[in-house]
Formats: sequence, C-alpha cells, structure tokens
Amino acid sequence: MKLYLRYFSIHFKSQMQYKTSFFLTLLGQFLTAFSTFLGIWVMFTRFRAVDGFTYTEVSLCYAVVLMAFSLAETFFRGFDTFPRMIGNGEFDRILVRPRSPIFQVLAAKIEFSRLGRLLQAVLVFAWAIPRSGVDWNAANLATLVGMILSGTFVFAGLFLLYAGICFYTLEGLEVMNIFTDGGREFGRYPLSVYGEGVLRFLTYIVPLALFLYYPFLALLGRSESLLHRICPAFALLFLLPCYLFWRIGLRHYQSTGS
Amino acid sequence: MIELNRICKTFRVAQRSAGMREAAKALFRRTYSEIHALQDVSFCIGDGEMVGYIGPNGAGKSSTIKVMSGILTPDSGSCVIDGCVPWRDRQAHAANIGVVFGQRSQLWWDVPVIDSFELIRDIYRVDEGLYRQSLDELTELLDLSSILRTPTRQLSLGQRMRCEIAASLIHRPRILFLDEPTIGLDAVSKLAVRDFIRRINRERGTTVILTTHDMQDIEALTERIILIGRGRILLDGTLDALKARHSTLRQITVAFTAGTPSPADRPLPAGFSLISASEDRVTVAIDTEIVSVSDAIEGLTRGVDVRDLSVAGQSTDELVVSLYEEFRI
Amino acid sequence: MTAGRGLRPYLSFFRIRFLCGMQYRTAALAGIATQFAWGAMNLLAYRAFYAADPSAFPMTLEQISCYVWFNQAFLTLFMLWFLDADIFAAIRDGGVAYELIRPLDLYRIWFVKNLATRAAKVTLRCLPILVVACVLPKPYGLTLPVSAAAFLLFLVTMLLALVLVVAFCMLIYITTFYTMNPLGVRIVATSMCEFLCGAIVPIPFMPDGLRRVIELTPFAAMQNLPFRIYSGDIAGTELVQGIVLQLFWIAALILLGRLMMRHALRRVVVQGG
Repeated sequence: MKLYLRYFSIHFKSQMQYKTSFFLTLLGQFLTAFSTFLGIWVMFTRFRAVDGFTYTEVSLCYAVVLMAFSLAETFFRGFDTFPRMIGNGEFDRILVRPRSPIFQVLAAKIEFSRLGRLLQAVLVFAWAIPRSGVDWNAANLATLVGMILSGTFVFAGLFLLYAGICFYTLEGLEVMNIFTDGGREFGRYPLSVYGEGVLRFLTYIVPLALFLYYPFLALLGRSESLLHRICPAFALLFLLPCYLFWRIGLRHYQSTGS
Repeated sequence: MIELNRICKTFRVAQRSAGMREAAKALFRRTYSEIHALQDVSFCIGDGEMVGYIGPNGAGKSSTIKVMSGILTPDSGSCVIDGCVPWRDRQAHAANIGVVFGQRSQLWWDVPVIDSFELIRDIYRVDEGLYRQSLDELTELLDLSSILRTPTRQLSLGQRMRCEIAASLIHRPRILFLDEPTIGLDAVSKLAVRDFIRRINRERGTTVILTTHDMQDIEALTERIILIGRGRILLDGTLDALKARHSTLRQITVAFTAGTPSPADRPLPAGFSLISASEDRVTVAIDTEIVSVSDAIEGLTRGVDVRDLSVAGQSTDELVVSLYEEFRI
Repeated sequence: MTAGRGLRPYLSFFRIRFLCGMQYRTAALAGIATQFAWGAMNLLAYRAFYAADPSAFPMTLEQISCYVWFNQAFLTLFMLWFLDADIFAAIRDGGVAYELIRPLDLYRIWFVKNLATRAAKVTLRCLPILVVACVLPKPYGLTLPVSAAAFLLFLVTMLLALVLVVAFCMLIYITTFYTMNPLGVRIVATSMCEFLCGAIVPIPFMPDGLRRVIELTPFAAMQNLPFRIYSGDIAGTELVQGIVLQLFWIAALILLGRLMMRHALRRVVVQGG
C-alpha cells in the first residue's frame, strides 16, 4: 500500500508537469461523456419511457455505469497501455523486479484525467438521485454503493483479461472494447432494453447485469428479491477466471519472449 | 555463481513479404519460420567475475540475458544462479540482480531522479538506513549530487545513463547485467561509466555481465569474454589469450631526427618487414613468433636518434572482426 | 500525361499508407467483431424505443437499421476523431520542415495520407459487416437501396462526405500550428462534432430547433447524407439541397484550409521552424 501511494504521488507529480494538457484531457473526458448524455436526452425528448424506464431512471443507471467505469479506468487502466508495455520492453523491466507483475502493471498507469468522466457521473447523480423517486434509506444507499464498487472491479477484471490476451497477440485486441467501452456506452440503458438473450449473456458470461441491472430493479422497488440486491457481490467471482487467464498468459509470454 | 547448462530456445516468427498481393495473402495465411535463438549454451561464471558477452546483432545475447534474469523460460537445459532457477523463482531471484537495459529507461521521465530512486527503494523493500548508505555511495562515485533533483527529461544522455546504473544498484544486487551501457555516450561519460563499473566490481564484489558492441568497453573492463554467434557459444576465454591466438603481428613505429641515420638504412633481418619509411619516420611489422618485441626494438633503435617510439597490436575491434570472419557470423 | 506524372508521388503515398494499414490483420478482425456488436446493441436499443412509442419514431425500422449498419461499416471512413498522430508530431517538433523540403504540396500530401489511412481501414472492415447485415432478418438487416438512382447518389455522396470529413480534419491539423497544443481543438472536435454529425443519435431524432440548425452545418453533409439517401429517408428537393450544401462546404473548408495553411507555413518559415 505504501508502495502504491508512492506510485500515486509520482504519477500525480508527472501529470502536473503538463497542467494544460491535463486539464484539457479532463475536459475532453467530460465532454465525451456529456455527448453520450446528450444522446440520452435527445431520445427522451421524443419518448417518455423505454422498456418502462423513465428519463430520470435511465440517467441514474447511466451515472452508475459511468462512475464504476471511470473509477476502474483511473486506477486499473495500466492494463490498457499493456500492449505498449510489452512492445517497448517495459514489461521485461517489471519482470526483473521482486514484486507482483499485476501490481506493477496496475501501478504503472494512474490516469487522473479520467476523473473528468467521474465528474460527469457525479453531476448526473446529483441531478438524478433526488428526482428518481427512490427512497434513499440505508439499504438502498448500500445497494447503490455496492453496485458502483462491484462495477469497478468487474471492469478491472475485463482490463486484466484484455492484458492476458495481449500476451498472445502482442497487440491490443479491440474486441475487448465491446465489454469495456461497450459496457459503459450500453449500460446507459437498463440492460433488459436489449432483450432477453443479451441480458442472459450479460448475466452469466460477462456479468455486467449483476451489478448494473438486477440491483437496479431492487433500487427502484421493482423487485423485492434479496438475491437481486446482493447480486453485485456475486459479480466479483468474475475476477477469478480473469486472474487465471492472466497467469496462463504470463507463462506463455515467458516461454516465447517478445 | 552462475551456471548455464545446454540451454536451448527456439522461436517461431511470422514472415512478411513486400507488395500488395503478399499483404492480401498474409491476411489469410502466414508462413512461419523457426529461429534457433540459443543452442546448447553452457557456461559458468564465478562470484565477482566480470565477463564481456559479445556477438553480432541477433546472435542470442539478449535471449541469454533474458534467460538469466528470469524473463524467458528456455525450451531445455538448466540454469542455476546462486541456487535459484531464474524463471521459476523469478521474484526471489529479482531481488539479487540488477539489470541495465542501455536503450530503455527505468527512470520516470517527468519527475526528479530522486523520486524514481525512492520508488525503486520501495519496490525492492530496501530499508532506509541501507538506502541512505547506497545512495550516498552511488552519488559520490557517479557524481550525481547536482542532478538528483533534476527531472529525467532534462538530463543529457551521459547523465541519464549514470542515473540508470545507480537505479539498478540501489538494492545492492549481487549480480549486475549491463546491456550496452555505453551506447551513444560521449568519451568522458564512457570513461566515467567504465571506471564506476570497475569499482563496483572490485569493491562490492558484484558479478558483472556486460554485453556491448563497444570493444573499448571490453578492453577496459573484462578479463574474460564469451563470444556467441547464431545461438551458439563460439569462444570462451581471456581477452589476452584470444589476442595472442589471433595475432602474432605487431607494428613498431620509430620517429627520429631527420638527417640522422635511419633504422631502414640497415637490411632488415628475418621476421621484420618494412611498411613505410620517410626521412624522419619508419614503420615496421614484426612477427613475434620469430623475434620478440624487445629484441626488435633494440635492433631497430641501435645508433638511431629516437624522438618517439610506439608498438601497436591488432586492435580489439579488428580482433572481433577477424573472429566474426573466422566463424562466419 | 502531365497530370498522371504530377499525381504519382501522391499515389505512392497512398499506396504505402494503404499497405501499412493492411498489416494489422488481428486488429481488423477484432474491429469487425466490435463494430458488429456495437451496431447490434444500438439497434436493439432503437427497437426498444420503437416498441415504446412507434408514432414518435422519426424513421422506419428498416431505415434506422440501414443507418446503424452503415454507421458501423464505414466508421473508420467518417469518424472525426480519427486523426494522424504523425502529423501532430511533425508540427510540434518541427519535423514539418522536412516535409517542406520535398517538392510537393503539403496540404495535398496530408490530404492524401488521411484519405489513404481511412480507405485502408475501411476496406478491411466494411465488407464483412455489410454482408452479415444483409442476411439479417427484416427489419433489422440491410435492405436493398430504394432505387438505382438512390444507390448511385449514395456512392457519390459517400465519396464527397469522405472528402468533406478529411477537409474538416485538415482544419484541426492546421490549427495546431497556432496553438501548439493539439489537445484543445481535438477534444472539442472529438466529443461534440461526433454528436453533431449524427454518429451518436441520427439527426432526425434531434429536437426540431436543434435539427434545423445542424442541417445547415457541414456536419449534416457528412455521414448523415449518404446513409439516409440510401434508404430513401432523404429524397426529392431535400436531396438536391443536401448535395448542394455538401459541395458548398467542401469548397469552403478546402479553401479555408489552404488559406490557413499558407499563412501558418509562412509563420513557420519566418520563425525558422
């Protein structure tokens, strides 16, 4: 932890060296997220509800996925630059150090400018929370926090999986964006909007629905099921296969070199 | 103690060819070729030794370094370093080694060097007292005191390389791998780096393994050299032995006052051959198998008003070229 | 003959760029899968909105399907944030001086470079997506064009839209000469312009006031025009207006770009790079 803080401060210092770029990127992150939100707004100027969910409800859902994603992206996106790390030999340096490679990769990149998205998420929360009609008692608040945290780790697991694949392809595999960036973009609507098949896939294979959809139903009072409420905890199991895949990939890398 | 025994490693690489049609074809099928990066590589390096590991590009130098530092798992063969198998006990092994990749930096580009050092201290779990001691030592030896607070991006290449080397030694590794440590440096920095490497080797007893294309590095630093070519160890021995084996010729140049008797006035005996002569300078090649250098000097300078005298052997660069030619690598 | 010889260097640039782009096979496969998934998810969302209130839907399901699939298939052709990092680097570190040494027109070189990169990417990616989209069941698949004339106009306006997009990107590159930090301009371009050109939500979905304004800007003449001509969503006088506007914006942006470039280069030369 102390070491992580050391990395943290060194990243912060580095990024503060280029204040203009930093704030512009921050702004960019904010605006990109904002244009997605504009998209939602445009749709709801024509439609009152989609699949029974209103504008404020959809906004709340979007804020959850955006916040989970931006937290994951800020703190776990060392894996995003992973193809480059392999390409330029930086990963070899990591391997000659007496610390866990996962930790080092993770700490190799902390992008504070990604907090621009987080800011957007906070604003949407501030707007949607009082209007959503949800009774903000302790249980519901805990559910909301659980959704966000669980979502952060599911996205982190996806990043890890992405890095694991890089060991084989040695270049980034854009296909993973379907679930990472795609999760963020399509998570803006409650996932049942996309139909039964997609919902099932996102429940059992890539468990976005476990932190995004089922507890959301509980939050809106559309489901009394306790199981739905504690779904975010199960989503964490997803980290297990991701980790295993990384391990296998690492072994492969060590046997082929770069 | 480093022991490599019959290490083999083969890579498969995709082949690409030029042209529009080939590019289209490669979309569907790729042809692969096998590269034997290491074949039966064996050697043994004792504690505190300093070894130069040389060979042309692509000969297998970096693969060997990767195997020894635990990054690469070989297909077969064994490697034991201080009781560790590098790729199996990678993290434990990592604490004992330092690696300098001459072409890649481990320093953070935008922050002062000292911040990078502190990060490395935490990565290697070096305790504060030892860190202070190491840092003071390295600062003094490498003359870093004025640049520790400067961001890496503002350092010159020579300053940066000195910091790189210091960064690799903060945790006091027993073994130091140096991959082209003097590449691109100016003469002063080269000398400083070499001097430092020698001192670390002598004073701390650090085992040093050095890959380089700069033969002056080899000449200045190492007693022993290992030559690798096409994945095989071709030679393993002392630099002097190699030189002796490869060259028995020496050149002696005598400069003398113009108008006085010249060494070339007399007929040259067997073992001598005249290379050039002018009114104040004569260069002669001698074969040391026939005549010793001291006898030759004596014979050449007798009765001559000598102003200057030099003896040159085959340079290490020429030696390596002739080695490469001999082994066709 | 002279025209052929004059163009050869630019063709050569085009060829090299194109080949470079073709190298990335796995990236292309992955890209196809990604874009297919994104298209499908988008379409499913539109389906849900359609189910919620068909009367509020400004297009038919067939038309929105065509739009979504084209949007994905030709993504790399039209996306505004797809800018050439080399060019930014050349401007910032002064490497642009080397390009000035060559006896070629810099504006045209960059223009061709961009056309080629986009063309190479799209060649690899569009066909599989279009083929799969064609065999999808009605109304979610790609339908045939409403008429042969519409198809022809679709092709023509596609090409014009590509030229317009590149002309727009050229403005982004050139402003870098003045700001030296490309980020600011890029960021506005990448976030808001995507929205304005209908890449996030098709322009017909926008509220009326906003829509009327956007339809006059160059953004409406980019992907919006060809995609909707194909499915017959734009026809008649609206179509003629659209093409006239498209031609106008191409001329205007290229003219503006060239003027700015000339001014910027003069500054560079005066300052000594």
